[in-house]
Amino acid sequence: MELFFTQLANGLAIGSIYALIALGYTMVYGILKLINFAHGDLFGIGAYLGLTLLTCFGLIGKLGFVTGIIVLAVMIFILVGIIGIMLEKIAYKPLRNSDRLSAVVSALGASIFLQNALMLIYGARIRAYPANVLEITTKTIVIFGLNLSVARVIIFVVSIVLMIVLYLFVQKTKMGVAIRAVAIDHEASKLMGINVNTIITIVFLIGPALGGIAGLMVGLCYGQVSFMIGWSYGLKAFIAAILGGIGNIPGAMVGGILLGVVEALGAAYLSLAWKDAIAFFILILILIVKPTGILGERVAEKI
Amino acid sequence: MKNMKKKDILFCIVLLILPIFLNNYWTDVMVNIGFYAILGLSLNIILGYCGLFHMGHAAFYAIGAYTAAILNTKFNVPIFALVPLGGLFAGLLAAIIAKPIIHLRGDYLLIVTIGIVEIVRITLVNNIFGLTNGANGIFGIDRPNLFGFVIKTRTHFYYLIFAFAAITVYLFYQLENSRFGRALFYIKEDEVAAEGSGIDIAKYKLLAFVIGAVWAGMLGVIYSSNMLIICPESFNFWESVILFTIVLIGGSGNIKGVILGAFLIVGLPEIFRELATARMLVFGAAMIIMMIFRPEGILPVKRKIYKYENFE
Repeated sequence: MELFFTQLANGLAIGSIYALIALGYTMVYGILKLINFAHGDLFGIGAYLGLTLLTCFGLIGKLGFVTGIIVLAVMIFILVGIIGIMLEKIAYKPLRNSDRLSAVVSALGASIFLQNALMLIYGARIRAYPANVLEITTKTIVIFGLNLSVARVIIFVVSIVLMIVLYLFVQKTKMGVAIRAVAIDHEASKLMGINVNTIITIVFLIGPALGGIAGLMVGLCYGQVSFMIGWSYGLKAFIAAILGGIGNIPGAMVGGILLGVVEALGAAYLSLAWKDAIAFFILILILIVKPTGILGERVAEKI
Repeated sequence: MKNMKKKDILFCIVLLILPIFLNNYWTDVMVNIGFYAILGLSLNIILGYCGLFHMGHAAFYAIGAYTAAILNTKFNVPIFALVPLGGLFAGLLAAIIAKPIIHLRGDYLLIVTIGIVEIVRITLVNNIFGLTNGANGIFGIDRPNLFGFVIKTRTHFYYLIFAFAAITVYLFYQLENSRFGRALFYIKEDEVAAEGSGIDIAKYKLLAFVIGAVWAGMLGVIYSSNMLIICPESFNFWESVILFTIVLIGGSGNIKGVILGAFLIVGLPEIFRELATARMLVFGAAMIIMMIFRPEGILPVKRKIYKYENFE
């Protein structure tokens, strides 16, 4: 039984990472009907930026662990958000009125570009996070009789807080209403006095910024990053977004956590070697059985 | 091929005499370009003619290559006998996989096909039924033997691939201009209108998928005998992305465009070898720029104009 709960906790942690990344996919898809293939790489950029900022500024040493991490997270939020906005302006905005395939290819190109930029800057080898940080994050604490690393607890708590904030932002604020309106109909939103370009910019700020923070947390939890990290997590997170119902913000949260848990339990009870295939089997299954996803009922379009 | 233009014939003649002037390295590059051109053409049926976003083509290629490797190393079946068999297995797999997913719209299909190529790779790595030898791959595959003549030097392979490519271009050209080809183009342009005109969309899409897969499978057999060693990493997702871009950059739906795409995407990086590490960066940037300024590809497909024969 202990294995079950340990794997459940692992699944919840990794699942909340998937959920945070999936939010970026689902928000962009909701607004532009575009799969932002480069989103996974923005997540990777977040992980690498965390590494750079930690080693260059020695934030943890100067500010202490908690403040240091918060400052770091804010910096990454802003930086990755800016990169996200630039990505949209350069690679997607010129293609807004052309057919979807062009935009998908452009997104793939952006992904290849960012991934290789990371490789050229940081090298192809796996890089480790600074030891003084890992010392703290890999400590274990006992909760309900389970040994959990500090990083996993941070991941879970931070993700849940971020998701609640995002949910409130989208549901309760004027800007959030505007985002939802643009997702439904660009033209009608324009007529209602919403600046669609601003909304798209904001979505490309929030989505990648959340992904960047997820990247930082993965770095803190596993202590290492490689330039390929964006693809493996990005693809899983995208599956999570489809699982929950793409374009649906609560769906991405549910889908991410569900996928994380199923994967962790599958790895423990079915087969570790097939762990990576589980997500793809789930993907194919959900697309055959219920293509709109668990929570996605809004889409009336035939898929 | 009555309507072959002079420059096409010239191109063929140049290709025919080219190996005389090339050293082993560049002949190998040309063989590679040939492989990718044929693979691109097979994907072109699915992506270019029919408009299905299929990004898992490496999976079918892998099935062909592994069929050849397993049957050749375990039972000594000659390579040329395996060519149709590799195609058959790839086609069967394509039919089984495609059946439930073929109706999915654009980017959903794209994601599922990415899933398929990953599942195939993971299956190969996990040494399924003890046949695929895991991540190490299979080695010791025979060279193709044509009635006692062993195809082994680079130049031999060059001509083998050249012949395969010529047959491919000829057949696919016929296909393009057949009733079947026209139906695929129609589905790509307007699915609803095509269905309204009595085209069985599901059937045609499935057929396009299977034909593309069979061709990739057959080529996979030749690939395995060219490399002599194959491993799952040769068929990863990036291979599929490269094929996808060859078709789109060259001009999807256009045979000449796809061949040009293969030359550009496989050949150009060889010329700029000093930029080796940065070439994928340039590649990604080029994809974005291309889609912004020329989304239809370098050689876009020309719309066919059909003349009324009895029009008064």
